[in-house]
Amino acid sequence: MKKRYYLDHNATTPVRPEVIEAMLPYMSETFGNSSSVHWYGQAAKNALELSREKIAAVIGADAEEVFFTGCGTESDNIALAGYMTAEKTRNGLVTTTVEHSAILKSAERLSKRGADVAYAGIDNQCVIDLDALRSAVNDTTALVSVMHANNETGVLQPIGDAADIAHEAGAIFHTDAVQSAGKIHINVKDMGIDMLSMSAHKINALKGVGAVYIKKGINVEPLTVGGSHERGIRPGTENIAGIVGFAAALELLQSEHEERAARLSALRDRLESEIGNRIPNILFNGRDARRLPGTSNISFPDVDGEALLFSMDLAGIAVSTGSACTSGAVEPSHVLIAMGIPPYMAQSSIRFSLGLGNTGEDIDHVIHVLPPIVERLRNISGSAQ
Amino acid sequence: MYSDKVMDHFQNPRNVGKMENPDGIGKKGNPVCGDVMELAIRINDNIIEEAKFLTFGCCAAIATSSIITEMVEGKTIEEAEQISKKAVAEALDGLPPAKMHCSNLAADALQDAIEDYRSKKK
Repeated sequence: MKKRYYLDHNATTPVRPEVIEAMLPYMSETFGNSSSVHWYGQAAKNALELSREKIAAVIGADAEEVFFTGCGTESDNIALAGYMTAEKTRNGLVTTTVEHSAILKSAERLSKRGADVAYAGIDNQCVIDLDALRSAVNDTTALVSVMHANNETGVLQPIGDAADIAHEAGAIFHTDAVQSAGKIHINVKDMGIDMLSMSAHKINALKGVGAVYIKKGINVEPLTVGGSHERGIRPGTENIAGIVGFAAALELLQSEHEERAARLSALRDRLESEIGNRIPNILFNGRDARRLPGTSNISFPDVDGEALLFSMDLAGIAVSTGSACTSGAVEPSHVLIAMGIPPYMAQSSIRFSLGLGNTGEDIDHVIHVLPPIVERLRNISGSAQ
Repeated sequence: MYSDKVMDHFQNPRNVGKMENPDGIGKKGNPVCGDVMELAIRINDNIIEEAKFLTFGCCAAIATSSIITEMVEGKTIEEAEQISKKAVAEALDGLPPAKMHCSNLAADALQDAIEDYRSKKK
């Protein structure tokens, strides 16, 4: 089989062996429905509650503040629509221009239903403009939502400061931590976070599991109804195996945290440095900001992102692009555009995101094949140096 | 996602380059959505002898540019004018629906080049 190189960990990740092992019994032996009273059900319930405690501990929350969902998108929806629907005294929602579409689409829908929605801008490094946020937030704002790590650029937002701004105006603060939870240390109490979204498949656990942290005392209207699971916030039989795996993955990450961050940063920095040495006329997007250790977003002017993506795929390398055509969108990455990057350059961007299993050999392969790929495509576009 | 023909033309595009003193040159595209195509033709005795292209765009854009240069070679101007976006897509064994606009681009760039040739002739 052809050797493959996966550099798209922000899209999704392989499930790690320890996580698979932790999950297996909940598929075959202790496979019960946690709502059942008999032994099978109680065994499942115990696993569910133990996982909840573990996950809560990782983010500094109480177990009763963590609710399991099907994914990060669902968590975002519960936080935004759920809170705005329950909150009757204020109608304002403030978020940013670079959020994941789960947040942006939720905000858009809330706006159509009558909420007053404002979007604070970011600077050219993808970092939120705190002054812009402060001006947008006022005493009619119910909720402020600012993502922790941007999925496209890896840039980290100053969410502690954003939470303060929210609280000063009497609003609550939510963060989409789908790309950061587990990878970057988070303590919801210390950081003043009132709600938070997380996702299992970004951290080497299974797809189909997410969680939303909702601080005690905050009311949220459920999006779906039908049972009393998750205290009514998210009814439906829980994915016990997936949840157990999620907890296992987070616990493992806790113990590996420092080493992982150092290893990925070193690989990412070498990738960027070598690409910079070997390919002329490129731009690193968000490089000056604090970022997730493994993410790199690079524009290659005069080369289309999708063409780059396919060429790299043919060379066995999996990455992502901010180009319009692949995402099915009509416009290129809203994140890069919000950063002030011209559309034709946003169109030419590639996101490399490293994670478990990536080694120096992967970096070597990329820096070996990428320069000729870029040169070939620049020849075709008529702009070869 | 793409047919073998598209991948072949993407990896081995025919007739890439800038033409010296083209008889007609057409440029079409939308840099905002991503694709820009430049098509140059050499004409002798009403027949398209040679065509060359330069394209900034996705796999489909490059493939449609490449195949249209093959399709026009040896045709009269009148025959070339008949080449539709559908014909371009068919020649590539089909394009995904979201990429049909790329075959548009190629057909339009050709019309543009022919138009340019005619206006120069006057």
